Amino acid sequence: METSQHWRLRKQRYALVGEVCPHCESKIFPPRDICPDCGEDAREMYQFSGRGEVYSHTTVYQAPSGHAENVPYPVAIVRLEEGPLVTAQLTDVGDQPIEIGTPVEMVTRKLGADGERGMLVYGYKFRPALVER
Amino acid sequence: MTKKPDAVVVAGVGMMPVGEHWDLSLRQLALEAISAARLDSGGLRPQALYVANMLSPALSGQSHLGPLLADFAGMRGVEASTIEASGASGGVAVRQAYLALMSGAIDVALVLGVEKVTDKGSSQVQAALATATDAEYEAVQGVTPSTQAALLMQRYFYEYGPPEDSLAGFSITAHLNAVTNPDAMFRKAIRREQYASAPIVSEPLNTFDVAPLADGAAALVLARAAALPDGQEYPQVEIVGSATATSALALHDRPDPLDLTAAAQSAQTALMQAELSPEDIGLFELHDSFSIFAALSLEAAGFAERGKGWKLAQNGDISLTGHIPIGTFGGSKARGDPGGATGIYQLVEASRQLQGRANENQVPDAATAMTQCLGGSGATASTHILRRVT
Ligand SMILES: [Zn+2]
Repeated sequence: METSQHWRLRKQRYALVGEVCPHCESKIFPPRDICPDCGEDAREMYQFSGRGEVYSHTTVYQAPSGHAENVPYPVAIVRLEEGPLVTAQLTDVGDQPIEIGTPVEMVTRKLGADGERGMLVYGYKFRPALVER
Repeated sequence: MTKKPDAVVVAGVGMMPVGEHWDLSLRQLALEAISAARLDSGGLRPQALYVANMLSPALSGQSHLGPLLADFAGMRGVEASTIEASGASGGVAVRQAYLALMSGAIDVALVLGVEKVTDKGSSQVQAALATATDAEYEAVQGVTPSTQAALLMQRYFYEYGPPEDSLAGFSITAHLNAVTNPDAMFRKAIRREQYASAPIVSEPLNTFDVAPLADGAAALVLARAAALPDGQEYPQVEIVGSATATSALALHDRPDPLDLTAAAQSAQTALMQAELSPEDIGLFELHDSFSIFAALSLEAAGFAERGKGWKLAQNGDISLTGHIPIGTFGGSKARGDPGGATGIYQLVEASRQLQGRANENQVPDAATAMTQCLGGSGATASTHILRRVT
């Protein structure tokens, strides 16, 4: 992807900004402008809390170009507390065992390098929640 | 059964073994398969060429395969185009040919699946494969198709709690079926202990859960029954069901990622067209690029209840003599995974079964077959049902 492609995604990628459906109250991430639940227009911005729990997880050892220097890295699908699922790398895991259900929170980190010029891409990752909830 | 003149039938099949074809380019691979299928059809002249391919633009720097391959195969001038639907490209291409034939616009179509992947290194191949995930929300996080499969498998084990090696049976059966297939990539049976000690690809996915992506080409000549000359050598095989359905590209955009809704929808539609139910299907060429997809596909198509697809791999149900044989020539796992050409291999193999020319891999009395290929982690699913007519 090119610089402009990443720039367009900055709100969702740095701040986890999605949408809320004015018709059925569904919280939507990633933003998609049409509510997946009721099919109506949904363009109202919504700030997600960044808290959630692990829905599924794995580790990547064979990475695509742009991520090769980061292997191995953990990847999860996270169930955000507002409802949607989101795919993201886990970070700051340390010795903590990751399981389905582990509470996590969003942080901003370097995701990898993109394109022939190797532009660095930043965005959300999730780490084990620091505060017990 | 009487012949229907407007039925769409398989008039010829051809394929190259899946493998590392260092000496053959994409166009040469394609030509081999096309020539074999045309010869098998008794020399029918195709009026249109449908090319199924997913990786050529990324790995061979070549798009616009329709005219390239039509010209190279001696069919300059015919209508020709490429169909890209990731791993489901082959099934979707057959569907397009089927629609053109059913409409009466053409009488003979050639459908080719071709993939050339061994010219590039692993990280480039992984990056090319990752373009079939959601680039902005999955690939950017370093996700590849293997990652998606691992995430699904992890969740499957969590939700249903099957034994740790419950998917081993899919790999073991595939390898066993490939032993007697001279065209298979891996012709060696494996044992359960080998599965259990295999290197991890992406927890809980191990190397025996992953089909080996390699070069391949397969082709089908499809025709309206009325266009076939009399005196065909083999029993006629008719396409009696054809359906494609889609779901969200990203796993996280599906309400329930373990529910392959596109696979279920396309299977149901195809069965309805054929006026059949899952119990009537004699064999199922499903998409086993990862073993978890074999379990999920069996569930989606109605051969097993949710969370119980793995059980069919425990006691011979999916073997050549079981009640629902799958991957009868080794499937993607052991015949080899030809990427976007998978759907064409499936139809070639299913046709050979119904025509009684599967040799040592013959499913006894096979009269109906279902094929289903998946694009991405099931974002596209294309299902076909074939029936032996004569
Ligand atoms: Zn809504």
